[in-house]
Amino acid sequence: MKSKSSDARVKGSQLIEIRGLKIEGYSDDRWHPIIKGIDLDLKRGEVLGLIGESGAGKSTLGLAAMGYTKPGCRISAGTISFDGKDLVNASSQELREMWGSKISYVAQSASASFNPAHKLMDQVVESATNHGVMDRAKAESDAVDLFGRLQLPNPQTIGSRYPHQVSGGQLQRAMTAMAMSCRPDLIVFDEPTTALDVTTQVEVLAAMRRIVEEFNTAAIYITHDLAVVAQMAHRIMVLRHGNLVEEANTRSMLKAPTQDYTKSLWAVRSLQKPESSSTDIILDINAVHASYGNKIKVLDDVSVKVPRGSTVAVVGESGSGKSTLARAITGLLPPSAGHISFNGTKLSNRLQDRDRDMLRRIQMIYQSADTALNPRQTVRDIIGRPIEFYGMNKGRKTDNRVAELLDAIELDESFIDRYPGELSGGQKQRISIARALAAEPDLIICDEVTSALDQIVQEEILRLLMKLQKDTNVTYLFITHDIATVRAISDEIVVMHKGKVVQQGLKSKVLNPPHPAYTELLLSSVPQMDPDWLSNLLQSRAQ
Amino acid sequence: MTTEPQDIRSIRTRRSFVQNAKRLLKTAPISAWFGMIVIAFYLFIAIFAPVLAPFSESDAIGKAYEQPSLAHWFGTDQIGRDVLSRVMYGARNTIGIALLTVMISFAIGGVLGVYAAVTRGWLDQILSRLVDVLMSIPVLIFSLMLLAMFGKELYNLILILAVLDSTRVYRLARNTALSVAVQDFVEAARLRGEKLPWIVLREIVPNILPPLIAEFGLRFCFVFLTISALSFLGVGIQPPTADWGSMVAESKTLITYGRIQPLIPAASIALLTVAVNFVVDWFLQKTSGLRDEK
Repeated sequence: MKSKSSDARVKGSQLIEIRGLKIEGYSDDRWHPIIKGIDLDLKRGEVLGLIGESGAGKSTLGLAAMGYTKPGCRISAGTISFDGKDLVNASSQELREMWGSKISYVAQSASASFNPAHKLMDQVVESATNHGVMDRAKAESDAVDLFGRLQLPNPQTIGSRYPHQVSGGQLQRAMTAMAMSCRPDLIVFDEPTTALDVTTQVEVLAAMRRIVEEFNTAAIYITHDLAVVAQMAHRIMVLRHGNLVEEANTRSMLKAPTQDYTKSLWAVRSLQKPESSSTDIILDINAVHASYGNKIKVLDDVSVKVPRGSTVAVVGESGSGKSTLARAITGLLPPSAGHISFNGTKLSNRLQDRDRDMLRRIQMIYQSADTALNPRQTVRDIIGRPIEFYGMNKGRKTDNRVAELLDAIELDESFIDRYPGELSGGQKQRISIARALAAEPDLIICDEVTSALDQIVQEEILRLLMKLQKDTNVTYLFITHDIATVRAISDEIVVMHKGKVVQQGLKSKVLNPPHPAYTELLLSSVPQMDPDWLSNLLQSRAQ
Repeated sequence: MTTEPQDIRSIRTRRSFVQNAKRLLKTAPISAWFGMIVIAFYLFIAIFAPVLAPFSESDAIGKAYEQPSLAHWFGTDQIGRDVLSRVMYGARNTIGIALLTVMISFAIGGVLGVYAAVTRGWLDQILSRLVDVLMSIPVLIFSLMLLAMFGKELYNLILILAVLDSTRVYRLARNTALSVAVQDFVEAARLRGEKLPWIVLREIVPNILPPLIAEFGLRFCFVFLTISALSFLGVGIQPPTADWGSMVAESKTLITYGRIQPLIPAASIALLTVAVNFVVDWFLQKTSGLRDEK
């Protein structure tokens, strides 16, 4: 290991000290508190994990540690000291000199953070040369060294590529290289792996952890994923509504959380459903091929059988064709070969050729409830429309039925006049579910319905879906990339990879060895709540 | 990820339309108030011109080129008509014709644009390329040419400007509708089996109204200026109908004698244009969610 530590970088000396920090955000002509008085300490070489739901203030706090507030936010009280320097009252000139050289930032979306018009190398060395830390040639050779340490393929030449020519995981590592180029004292990671597939996430996490350790850099790691933070952080702070809930060493926090809220976060992954099997097949997908245009083949000889009243989970990484499968079933993308039977009758390939009753029987719930609900329609219109459209009720009776459905999704009647903009993320997803239920379908296709939600809300939605299945015996085709969700709610699992079905069977069979190689890779890449998981995994893969 | 705490979102109470309007007006900046007052004033004059104007728009009631006096506040023009009365009738004619033109252009461009966005395919391609061709020719020159071909009648003027202007409306309507049409709620409506009219009128149009309304204001300014320019050149609104553009043209030589007659219709044009722009700016800022920092 290259030793970079000089006297000023002794491990364990105080780097950041935040006292009584309050931050407010401006909306609706008022200032609202976002951070309500938090203390934070960070020593050199230490990695601090910030976790919490969206809106907890974790990003705001992480950015504040850099002396930065988002537009429309202000620091209303408290002090931030970085290496003895007061960041609250520092001029923008002083801050700009520190950002990039002493403090750097790795954002969630690397593809949005890189300029697509410049090569990676130009962007990675930019801060080092701009801050005058080193000249261009030295910076470039240093960047190649960093690429190597981050285990990017072809470290000598990858810098001459453009951002769109490398994968998402590689780009995220290139961004880490950019952040490290000046050997900063502090790196703030803001959900850096949230947008990545699990198999890619493992590599990125390992690379980040190694490089932070090697250079003895202090880091703040912001995430909503407990298992991830368990791998990365020495210490964890749990935030909620801008307050600190609990702070402790990672191992003791995982072993024995003291606060109820923290315990509830921990408990989310405990949802379980006993599997059931049935031979009454409601949906039979038979050797389906599909492609976009004439070239790109996305489904290659896919056959899936879905038993009535059960939950079949389709898992795979992005690009595996799982969403395309949903499009083929709904008729949005007619298959080029093969056929799909529903309730024993062959489905017309094209949406336009299906009759209204057939359309009613297959409903869909989308990943993002923000775009799945028309922002200009009230809940009454959204849920009431399918009821009237499929001719089940009219007028006042529709309202009664909407109220019944609201009750079924555990929302009270007062929601009937609300617009989607007046609902929280979880409530919106409940409305989407109610809209699907309103049609009284036989099959609901759930396309990543929980992946945009916080963990606690996720659990509530999954519980609701399971309850509704019990009450109505509806069948779910559950498309997801999240193995924990699959474990919780499915009866059968279909593993997809590059448009093909890798494995298919009952949950107990698919989740337990022996697996095909790809299933093994996928399952082993899911982070566990054990702080040694990543180290053990890397060790076992190295062998 | 949002930094807005969840509890704030849920306690926000519903407001009625009138309450919303009041709240909105309370926060309106001075420029928007100025614009709204000016527009209201112009509309008042335009609607009640026959009642308010002291004389008729086409009768010669004095000597040519009289100086402003108590009888003729703004003086008289080259054949002795009262300039004040003509400015008032001019508001009626110019604003009315411009409004009618913009409405027709929105009817053509808006309907075709949204339809093209929803259906895509060959119709979209043909319309869009046609619009590209039309937009590549400067409007003023093109309309001069067309007016020379078809004649200077009023309905020709209105139709030609409406068609030329609808290209820009088409562009905006198509682009905004396209961004809405790819959203999941439109797909959900399709999957439900909804027909095209429902998808267009209930799912898409309500979501693209704010930018279209703002564009209506801007197009109005543009058409209004174009009509004035054409009238100034003598091919727009024909005499004896009072119109600001031709009034500037008729009295333009007076400027060399230090007289204010040509400035009055010119200032009327400028003031209305600025006023509409102020209001549109404010409206756009309100509806697009752009907010001043701090």
